[in-house]
Amino acid sequence: MSVDAISTTHGLVGHDDHAHHDPNQAHQFEDMAQQNESYIVGMWSFLVTEIMFFGVLFIAYSLNRLLHPGSFIDAHRHLNVWFGGINTVILLTSSLTMALAVRAAQLQSKVAQLVFLTITILCAFGFLGIKTVEYTHKYHEHLIPGANFHYVSVGAEGGPSAEAAVNPEKSNIPQGQAQIFFLLYFFMTGLHGIHVVIGIIAMTTLFIMIKFDHPFTRYYMWVEMAGLYWHFVDIVWIFLFPLFYLIPGK
Amino acid sequence: MSYQTTKDTPFPAKQTFPAPKNTYLNAASTVKSWLLTGDHKRIAILYLISVSFFFALGGLAASIIRLELTSPKGHFLEHETYNKMFSAHGIFMVFLFLIPSIPAVLGNFLVPLMIGAKDLAFPRLNLISWYLYTTAGGLILLGMMRGGVDTGWTFYTPYSSMYSNTNVSLMIVGIFIAGFSSIATGINFIVTIHTMRAPGMTWFRLPLFIWAQYATSVIIVLGTPVVAITLMLVVVERALGIGIFSPELGGDPVLFQHLFWFYSHPAVYIMILPSMGVTSEIISCFSRKRIFGYSFIAFSTLAIAVLGFLVWGHHMFVTSQSMYSSMVFSIISFLVAVPSAIKVFNWTATIYKGSVELSAPMMYALGFIGLFTIGGLTGLYLASIATDVHLTDTYFVVAHFHYVMVGGALSGFLGGIHFWWPKITGKLYDEGWAKLAAGLTFIGFNLTFFPQFMVGFLGMPRRYHFYPEEFQAYHVLSSAGASVLALGLIIPGIYLTASLIAGKQAPDNPWMAVGLEWMTTSPPPTLNFDATPIVTWEAYDYTPNDPEEARHAVINPALLEIHTGVDPLGDGMAGGLE
Repeated sequence: MSVDAISTTHGLVGHDDHAHHDPNQAHQFEDMAQQNESYIVGMWSFLVTEIMFFGVLFIAYSLNRLLHPGSFIDAHRHLNVWFGGINTVILLTSSLTMALAVRAAQLQSKVAQLVFLTITILCAFGFLGIKTVEYTHKYHEHLIPGANFHYVSVGAEGGPSAEAAVNPEKSNIPQGQAQIFFLLYFFMTGLHGIHVVIGIIAMTTLFIMIKFDHPFTRYYMWVEMAGLYWHFVDIVWIFLFPLFYLIPGK
Repeated sequence: MSYQTTKDTPFPAKQTFPAPKNTYLNAASTVKSWLLTGDHKRIAILYLISVSFFFALGGLAASIIRLELTSPKGHFLEHETYNKMFSAHGIFMVFLFLIPSIPAVLGNFLVPLMIGAKDLAFPRLNLISWYLYTTAGGLILLGMMRGGVDTGWTFYTPYSSMYSNTNVSLMIVGIFIAGFSSIATGINFIVTIHTMRAPGMTWFRLPLFIWAQYATSVIIVLGTPVVAITLMLVVVERALGIGIFSPELGGDPVLFQHLFWFYSHPAVYIMILPSMGVTSEIISCFSRKRIFGYSFIAFSTLAIAVLGFLVWGHHMFVTSQSMYSSMVFSIISFLVAVPSAIKVFNWTATIYKGSVELSAPMMYALGFIGLFTIGGLTGLYLASIATDVHLTDTYFVVAHFHYVMVGGALSGFLGGIHFWWPKITGKLYDEGWAKLAAGLTFIGFNLTFFPQFMVGFLGMPRRYHFYPEEFQAYHVLSSAGASVLALGLIIPGIYLTASLIAGKQAPDNPWMAVGLEWMTTSPPPTLNFDATPIVTWEAYDYTPNDPEEARHAVINPALLEIHTGVDPLGDGMAGGLE
């Protein structure tokens, strides 16, 4: 808020002067403009911490890919690019509907909010569904890091190379390096998945509150902040997808 | 609003002041009203109690370490017990005391008061932050009771991830949660300072304490998530036996050090910047002078926050880090000396020709300047690669960072507690005891840590509990100093507590200071001010004690009249604030 705005909108206002307050205004704020600005600045600050949070993992990924380029190319062939690609489309679609839901909230259109939130939530579930299928495949292939990890090298054309299928020890990349790839894969997509779940919880809560006309939902900011969060979750995936599924091989 | 117009000493001997009727302390008295409060002032009190508790535990561990080191043979403790003891000392002091101390206690209390707001932007987030802190403290305590850790507070891999058979995972989960508690505080401060300043409170009218809190919060928000996720990777590595940080499995242990110090070096500035803010407030008030070079101090605060993120590699000169990286890190580390020196020179220039009053807070602030200067200058030895190779992991390093963290951060915390104690509690403490404690702390501190510079330079490595006999004299001196230091820290605990019971009621503005926080009652009402203040003056609008000098030095006649009762222009006009 600029200084000019302050001097024109504020005066010596006593605290008991609540007569003209918006019912959505919390006690610590002077007016709604200040509250809106605080919520937005707060949400962006939170997203900065989230970026730093994922940033560490991206650094760890980059370093390990530089150290073990061959292993990363080999290991990434275990991931199905179609699953990843479809999930990318699903998340991008959900970001569009989320943006429309925010617009609907600003216009206070109940039906539009409910419709767009529903589509967004369904997309989120679709994303998690495909992720579950992928994780299950990895489990059956013994690619979950830990005691049962057992890596079999894959040829460029798919399917295990003849040599490696017989004797996995002969697999042309070390088990340890493959394990690091899959640890990063599960840690990063898992942490992203947790964020998707939190998004689903937030959006479902908003959906129910809007459905039953909770007074909270007359304030558009809650949907707006959920929207900011959801776009962040989307952007993280935009980076995860190429890093894990689209490593250029020889 | 009422203003005190006492002319003479800050503690008028005869004058008594009535206690204000409605304060945040007597607003409600049930346990529930404290544990579910959204009031930033009450949360600050909750934090004060909890950080003091963990400070005492960390101090206990330090005492045992110093006792053990009086003998070169290491008579009292087993090797492993000693390792666990210094780890406990480090973890308690760094994660549960130094990092939250000033932001979560003084910052929580003062940020809204100083900028003229009713509360922080997110009161519930603020309360959650305290619960996260206590949960973290509980988990770390549990870890200690189950046997503690022997990794040091730095958790270096692969020892922590592959070999240590102690409670590493439990500790790390505790530290992870403590990290979220400081992130919550950081976000709250950033938002509050951006959006909730009172009308007229422009960025360059903010007290420097607020600038310091702002810079600190930026570091917290950018750095803490990094160490949180890094430590989680150590836990995963322990649980699954995979080697992101373990060389035998293809991982890189130096990556851990990079990520750890990317947070933990800026964390030093999380500890010291708030203390610098406190020092600016105290120095200016007790020199009765406008702070010298306001904007230089403000921008040097930001410069330290920025540069602080670019120097982490100086912890790793003896690792496999590239020589060229080391050179860059070394040069940037030297650069940090520039904004630090700007601050020290500006404080000194503030004192110069001021009407200095050697009150207890001022003694802590002066101690801060001296000790921080020694701590900062010895940092240059560690920032230059050649000398650091010799000094790495010696007591020289231990002494250096204690001068910064104890001499700096702790002095600032104690000075701040003394300065704002009348505002926080509404009570006056005993000034004589306070001065004695400040003196004892300063003497005890130097006696403890100065010998460690010397013994470290001679080659005594850190983290060993036995040593060649020729080092014993230094260690005995150091342990003797630690006893004096302990005494200097216990005494305030006693007279401050006593002041709560038997202390005299404090006036609203016992130091005749000019910050907004002094323009409300002591202790303040729940919503801080009777009406939203409108700020028309810059920070540190001080005038000298001597009325004759004040006649020439006056900056804001209205303020001077309110604070000293002197009508500087002789026109009989009242100030515009009433």
